[in-house]
Parts: sequence; structure tokens; C-alpha cells
Amino acid sequence: MTPVRRLDGWTVRGCVAAALLTFYPSSRLVAQDTSAIDRGVRIGIIYRPGVRPGLVVLPGTTPALDSARAIIARDLDYSDRFELITLPGGDSIRFSGAAPSSRVGRPPTGGGAAAGLNYPLYQALGADFAVGVALAGDTTVLAVHDITAGGVRREFRAVLPALKDPGFRMAVHRLADHVLEATLGTGGIAATRILFVMDGKVYVIDQDGTDRQLVSSSDHQAMSPAWAQDGRRFAYMEFWAGHGQLFIQPLGSGKRQPVVTTGQALDFTPAFSPDGKTLAFSRATEEGTDIYTVNVKDNCCLQRLTVGRFSDNLSPTYSPDGQRVAFVSTRPGLPQIYVMAADGTDQQLFAPFDYGVTGSSNAPDWSPDGQSVAFHRDVGGTLQVFVLDVRTRAVRQLTSLGRNEDPTWAPDSRHLAFVSDRSGYRQLWIIDLETGRIRPLLQQSGARLPAWSPRIPETASSTP
Amino acid sequence: MKRLSLLLLGGIAVVAVAACGGGPPPQPVTPQQNVDSIAQAEKRRQDSIDAEAAAARAREEEERRRQQRIADSLAALGKTTEAVRTMLATMIHFDYDKSNIRPDDAGALDQKVGILQANANLRIRISGHCDERGSDEYNLALGNRRATAAKQYLVSHGIDAGRVETVSYGEERPLAQGHDESAWAQNRRDEFEIIAGGDALRQP
Repeated sequence: MTPVRRLDGWTVRGCVAAALLTFYPSSRLVAQDTSAIDRGVRIGIIYRPGVRPGLVVLPGTTPALDSARAIIARDLDYSDRFELITLPGGDSIRFSGAAPSSRVGRPPTGGGAAAGLNYPLYQALGADFAVGVALAGDTTVLAVHDITAGGVRREFRAVLPALKDPGFRMAVHRLADHVLEATLGTGGIAATRILFVMDGKVYVIDQDGTDRQLVSSSDHQAMSPAWAQDGRRFAYMEFWAGHGQLFIQPLGSGKRQPVVTTGQALDFTPAFSPDGKTLAFSRATEEGTDIYTVNVKDNCCLQRLTVGRFSDNLSPTYSPDGQRVAFVSTRPGLPQIYVMAADGTDQQLFAPFDYGVTGSSNAPDWSPDGQSVAFHRDVGGTLQVFVLDVRTRAVRQLTSLGRNEDPTWAPDSRHLAFVSDRSGYRQLWIIDLETGRIRPLLQQSGARLPAWSPRIPETASSTP
Repeated sequence: MKRLSLLLLGGIAVVAVAACGGGPPPQPVTPQQNVDSIAQAEKRRQDSIDAEAAAARAREEEERRRQQRIADSLAALGKTTEAVRTMLATMIHFDYDKSNIRPDDAGALDQKVGILQANANLRIRISGHCDERGSDEYNLALGNRRATAAKQYLVSHGIDAGRVETVSYGEERPLAQGHDESAWAQNRRDEFEIIAGGDALRQP
């Protein structure tokens, strides 16, 4: 493998893109470039809209391998970072490890050509990378080939659960995320799940739209699910006799715990602090709605962050460093996006608006990279998703087709799940901010209030 | 003289004997009189039975009427309670994204003030609701303001704050399922629900 050569190949395109970016108004992309340089990551291999590395996912031979291959291929497609290349049919293209049974168990080697991989063909098809899955005993081996360099760049080994095991898909999603690490040096979103509300109950679904499960089974109407940053727990609200009771529930067991001090008033929109120790939430009383925090590690210490008096303050969302909280306040008359320090001090307007012109703004969600806050805003009587650049405070509208609301960031900070009626009824969609590509997550009417998980840790992948 | 007296006596006696010995036997009148008296007695008895039956009927009628009166009065009470309940449950409505009491709803709230004043044990819960157009979570805060606005109206008219609870359901419990202004207008509302002391209600 020769990264230098690759770097050369990419630098040209990268420079053109950088030149274009100079005139591109989005500071988001520029900021991302800078951080890439800061981290010392290969600067030549930075994703650019329209310049996506080509990638071939090689076929598998056993049913489990082929299922894994299909899941990985879709995950890589949904990452919106590759140009997926479909191989023309025929036996001429075979990945050694996925070859007949006599070869099963032989781990792929660095010599791709020697192993029967047709690098020149993949290159001719426009591929920069090839991905293959093979079996070595009980171990599934994922090989990421660098076509230009003509060899295996990285190998990942995992013992996958059985095909019918509920953990199978998540284990394969993790392999797909390894491909992004190996090729682009970035984390993927394949091993993530999305909580949402439908018919008053909380469900979870994999980011690729499969494996939907009911996670709140009580008869009480539920709202506002929110993940803890460890990806193992989530919080949500249920109506109990006119009050709003908050619960925290582990992803696997379903054994939820009511949050102390909540349930005596209308408590809603829970949000975990990044360290998972604090839960911020909105509490509606006869004085109005204000933001409180409670220590959910020691189950104590209710604190009030806002004192609205004649205005409502709600929908808190923490910055990833835990230092700030963006929220909604009606202090300008209509709800708009505000920000404060995590202890409630230094409250100020966050997303600028034109008084008397700009519509209501709601449902903020701070991106995991800290650079953006997504929210929705009333535009001409319908809702649209907007993104606020935290550093410049520039606001840009992301959607315009139909009604679009309740955005939630993927852990890669470039995908958002949201609710849209663009297809005729309200359902969940996912948009990639950098390519603008939009796909439905769940083709089912009535799904709403999505919450995208962090990357799911391995021990939390077991299903209820 | 003494003999004359005896003779006179004897003569009278003869005449008397002669009189007894001649003519048909007298008609027996007593049996006739007996039949009548039996009939009369029978009639009297019957009359008294009838009277008794009539009295019983009257008593039954009276009892029935009494029961009816009780039922009527209960029904009337129930009707009153029902009428008061209906009055109390009359919803009030709001403009889009607003929580101020509309002038045309002040009458309905004044009625509730009267009902709460006339029924000292009555406690109610006001729930605020929104239409589907706003943000789902913001609507919980908006519904809360709508419920609180109605409570403040009642309290400012002399109702003890402790007798009125408020809750918000946002847009989670729509009354009308449509997606047009008519449905939205119905859904932007406060509902009034009895939580205690509502078994028998007096008119204000």
C-alpha cells in the first residue's frame, strides 16, 4: 500500500474542491477541513460532494456471508461517502476468501492479485476500494482492499452471531463502520439506531430501516425519547394522570426506572448531559414552563436553570462538551432558539431571527461534533429544518418540500433524521447534509420525534 | 161487684179465645226481614271490603305517587346535576398559538365560576390542548398556558386555586381528526373535568 500515491491522486481533486470552497458560503465545510488538518488526518482524502471514492463490495458465498455482504453494502451506500460500484456478473470476479469451500478458512492475504482479485478490473470500473467478507473458522474476516495500491489495507476479524441471532445485524453494521475507519479514517453510522414515537409508544429501529422493536410497553402515552451518550440507555416521558413522568430505560432489558422528582408536574423533553450524570428537562407548571436538571447518577439535586415568569423555556440540548445548553424560549414573543451555560447563566439568543418576520423555531438538537444546532422553524405556515452554525451563528434552511420537523443528528454530524410529510403522510426520513441525498427511514405513517443514537457499544447490542 | 169483675174478666178471656181460634195462620214476616238483613250485612261487608280495597288502592296509589315523586325529584336532581355537569364541561377555544381567553368564552367561564361557587365541594381539572400545526413538544407548553389561563380567570373571580388543577396534553389528544381549520379550531381548546364532589350538583 502506498498512501503517498493515493494522496497524490487525491490532492489534485482536493485542491480544486478547496478552491471552490473558498467561495462557498458554508463555513461548516471549511471548519471540517481545518479539523482534519488539525488531527493530522490524510488531507488528500477528504470527502467532497460529487467526489466520492468508488467502492466494490465483493460477493459472499455462504448465506450468512452474503447476508453480511448485503448489509455492509447498504450501510456503505447509506454512509453517502462512497460511489458504490456494482460488479458485472460472472465468475471472473471472485474474492479468494469467499471462494469454494476448499478455500474457506484461509484468511485473505495482502496479495490481492495472487488471491484472485481482479484489481485492474475494479480500477477500470472506477473503484478505489474493494471490500470482501470471508470466513476463517468461526471468525468472519472483513478485508478492505486498496485498489490503487493493489493490496489489502486493513483486515477486521469478528465472530458474528448466528444469522438468525438478533445481534447478527448489529455485528455486521459494526463491520461496515470499520470500512469507513479503514478507508476514510472516519467513524461511520452503520451501528446506530433511532428511537421514535408512534401511536404513543416508543420504538427503536436500525439506521438502515430494519429490526424495528417496541421498547415502551406501558399503556401510558409516551413522548420525547432521548439517548444517553453511552448508547446504552435512553430517557422518555409518559403521561401519568395529567402529569409527565420521565423514565430511564436500559436498551437491552426494558427495566425502566422513573426519574426522581419528576411526575409531580408536567415534565417533558428529557436530555442527557454528555457524561450521562445529569438529565435536563422541561417542567410545565402554573408559573409556565422552565428548564430543570436532576442528577440521575445519585438521584438527587433538582436544579432550576431558567426562570421564565412570562415566557416558556423548554427543549434543552447539551453541547457535546457539556458546557452549554441550547433551548427554546418564548421570551421574544414567539419561540426561538437560545443558549446558556450548563448552570443556567449567560442566557442569550442563539439562532438569529427577524422580529415580526421569522416564524416560531423549535426542537433544537446540538450536533455531536459541536459545530451545528439543527432545529425546525415555521416558514409560511409549515415547518422546515434549519441548521445553525454555532461559531458564525449563520442559519441555513435545509428543507423546503412539504412539512419537515424534529431533526436529530447522526453521530457523524452530517446526517439528520427528521419527520416529513413530503410523500403524502408524516414519516421518518434521513438527509445527508453534504450530498443532499434523502431517503425514507421508515415507510409508516405516524412515526415522529426521532432520536438518533450514538454509536452503539458492543455490549449494548443485545436485543430485549 | 166482685163477681162482675170476674165475669168481665172471663168474658174478655172468651172473646180472646174466640178470636184466636178463627182465620188463616199469620204470614211469617220474620224470615223476610232476615234475608234483607243478611243481604244488607253482606252488602255492608262487601262495601267494607271494597272500601278496604279502595283504601289499599289509594294507599298503593299514594305510595306509587310517593315513589314517583321521589323518582321525579331524584330525576330532577339528576337532571340538574347533569345540566350543571354539561355546563361545566363546556369547552373554551383559542386562536392559533394563543392562550388568551377569547371574549366569547368569558360567559362559559362565568358559568363555571357560578357552579364552583354553588357547589363548595366541587374540584375540577382543566386540560389544555393544541392543534397539530405547531411543534409537538412546544405544544405541551402552549397547552399548559391555555389551561393556566382558564384557571387564572376562575381564580380571579373568587374561586380557590386549590380547587382547580391544570394539565396539558399538547396536540396528543385531538378531538377532531381532520387536517383543516375546522378540525384545528375544535382542537385548540380547554376541557373541564370533575375530579371530586360532582355526585349531586346545584344550579348556580
